[in-house]
Amino acid sequence: MENAVGEVQNILVLGGRSEIGVAIARELVTPSTQRVTLACRQPVESRDVEASLARNGLRVESVSFDAADTASHAGFVDNIVAGSGDLDVVILAFGILGSQEQCDDDAQSAVKIAHTNYTGAVSIAMEITKRFRQQGHGRLIILSSVAGERTRKANYVYGSTKAGLDAFAQGLSDAMVGSGASVMIVRPGFVHSAMTTGMKAAPFSTTPDVVAKLTVKGLRAGKRIVWTPGILRWVFMVMRHLPVAIWRRMPMG
Amino acid sequence: METDFTTSRLTGWGQTSPSSARTAEVSRGDVAAFIKDSNRRGVLMRGLGRSYGDAAQNAGGVVLTLKGSAQEAVLDVEAGTLTAGAGVSLHDLLKVIVPRGFFVPVTPGTRFVTVGGAVASDIHGKNHHVEGSFGNHVRRLTLMLADGTIHEIGPEQNPSLFWATVGGMGLTGVILDATFALIPIETSLCTVNTIRCRNIDVLIEEMSHGDDDYRYSVAWADLLATGSRLGRSVLWRGDHTKLAELSSKDAANALRYQPRHLATVPPVVPSFGFVNKLSSTVFNELWFRKEPRRKEGGHKSIPSYFHPLDAIGSWNRLYGAGGFLQYQFALPFGREDELRQIIEKVAVSKTASPLVVLKRFGASNPAPLSFPMPGWTLTVDIPARAEGLGILLHTIDEMVMQSGGRHYLAKDAHTTPLAISRGYPRLEEWKQIQRSVDPDRRWQSDLARRLELI
Repeated sequence: MENAVGEVQNILVLGGRSEIGVAIARELVTPSTQRVTLACRQPVESRDVEASLARNGLRVESVSFDAADTASHAGFVDNIVAGSGDLDVVILAFGILGSQEQCDDDAQSAVKIAHTNYTGAVSIAMEITKRFRQQGHGRLIILSSVAGERTRKANYVYGSTKAGLDAFAQGLSDAMVGSGASVMIVRPGFVHSAMTTGMKAAPFSTTPDVVAKLTVKGLRAGKRIVWTPGILRWVFMVMRHLPVAIWRRMPMG
Repeated sequence: METDFTTSRLTGWGQTSPSSARTAEVSRGDVAAFIKDSNRRGVLMRGLGRSYGDAAQNAGGVVLTLKGSAQEAVLDVEAGTLTAGAGVSLHDLLKVIVPRGFFVPVTPGTRFVTVGGAVASDIHGKNHHVEGSFGNHVRRLTLMLADGTIHEIGPEQNPSLFWATVGGMGLTGVILDATFALIPIETSLCTVNTIRCRNIDVLIEEMSHGDDDYRYSVAWADLLATGSRLGRSVLWRGDHTKLAELSSKDAANALRYQPRHLATVPPVVPSFGFVNKLSSTVFNELWFRKEPRRKEGGHKSIPSYFHPLDAIGSWNRLYGAGGFLQYQFALPFGREDELRQIIEKVAVSKTASPLVVLKRFGASNPAPLSFPMPGWTLTVDIPARAEGLGILLHTIDEMVMQSGGRHYLAKDAHTTPLAISRGYPRLEEWKQIQRSVDPDRRWQSDLARRLELI
């Protein structure tokens, strides 16, 4: 359960190797927290993450989860709940950035990104919120991206999945009002992480820790949408309306 | 019978940690049908929602409110007892019994609590050091168990279940009605002596030596003052006024009881609220200064002595959208140094609102989960969004645990299962009784889930 100052007992990270997801979980951990579950395709690969979260009195464990295998999602949620009880905060942080060039060569690469980032996210978010409705409380954090605010030629497959996910999350967030549970959308800008290693940083770039701090602050204040950094909200208010001729030529990776 | 539920978002009086439940207002005869219609998330009874935290919430489950009328309460003037439905409020009962020369045995700082809630939380008041908590005065009660059977229990009849129900936070069954002893009164006034204490040491000294001469005693403390003024306070002690103390003109109307309603805080308050460091500092200064250094024998009405905040409807809204929590703990006698350290921690943090109460407790009763223990209890209201509040409270939790103290379940909105199991050494004994009457976990609450009570 969540207490009066927003401390939670049970945290689930979908995408247990996501640096942003784990940073949010770490920021959420307090002496009230009893369990953090990291869900990823290969649980053995998150052992180092488990160790980094370890703390006295906190159970950290990894479980197998495949975002692309949507048929397994209902059973996955049932198992998690059977093992650890009510879900207080679920962080939906998985996603493939992929390579636009590879997508250009092989349509199946694009399909895989679209399936995991959008279909997989929709599927698990529906299962999680169904459970939230039954338990009468819970918070789902959905990691969107500014890449979905206006897609650009350098990563429009990825950007389009985030655009779709963001639109889905907005509707879901509204639908959950009155259920006792809530859905919050986080829109980070360029984040320095393993996913973006070697890429040229876009303006207003940030780090997983900053995203995590702003996310948890927003969660405790009951925000519906959080931009990280906050200034991107205003930047994209302008970007969204730039003439195409200019937008296409913007030097942003 | 048709069971008709509404889906409601519920919080405690502190307006934090909302959760959703299927709710219904039911009459006594329909309780069993509504209980049958619950799912795996269980059932909980809720009175007037004055518990500060999540004690009267049951996320995803059923939350029932029992209808009740003070007109149906039975006053036995000979025995000095009252039998009332669990859903009836002390507010409604006082309107009936005060004019007839009786007062409730225990009242908290608000009269807007139900009889059922008073038993389930084993509430205490300003007379605890002399007369104990509410459960001490209950002669018998009617309890519906999870299987729908109805049982008469009391201190002599099935005492283990009775004392598990007193302070049991509604987790042993549905309290349908209770019979409890009343205090006979000659007037509806209280004679109150006031003493202003320049710091916490003076207050502790004063209470340690003088409290036992009074039926009622309570102190307000300024938890924003630091240094030599740490815990400066005002101590009010008194008793019900005797008829002989009144002039013949006043004596004619000695039992008049008319609680006033001054105003209601509107539902629209700026989200940041009105309670902050500045407003609280100003309030505390004025509140302290307005009291005389020492005054003997002033008269106060029952509402103004016992329930001053009840004159303002929905005052909890003053804290804004973030809500607030009321942190209350008790420390045993001999731990006055630790009490002072905690007061200093709160004072230095500058988070406390003006609502701070210090009270000296008397003996405990036999209920395993009853809060009062011989010693001191401090109650502090704090805006829930205060910076660094979580860490501050965990630090104080630790100090409370180290000192053999405990937290009050009816107020709690923050602490951990560990603090509760340490603070209530008889928790396991209570759990065994609870399980024996509710093997299928029919009774559940957010508080019970968060603190692993069941």
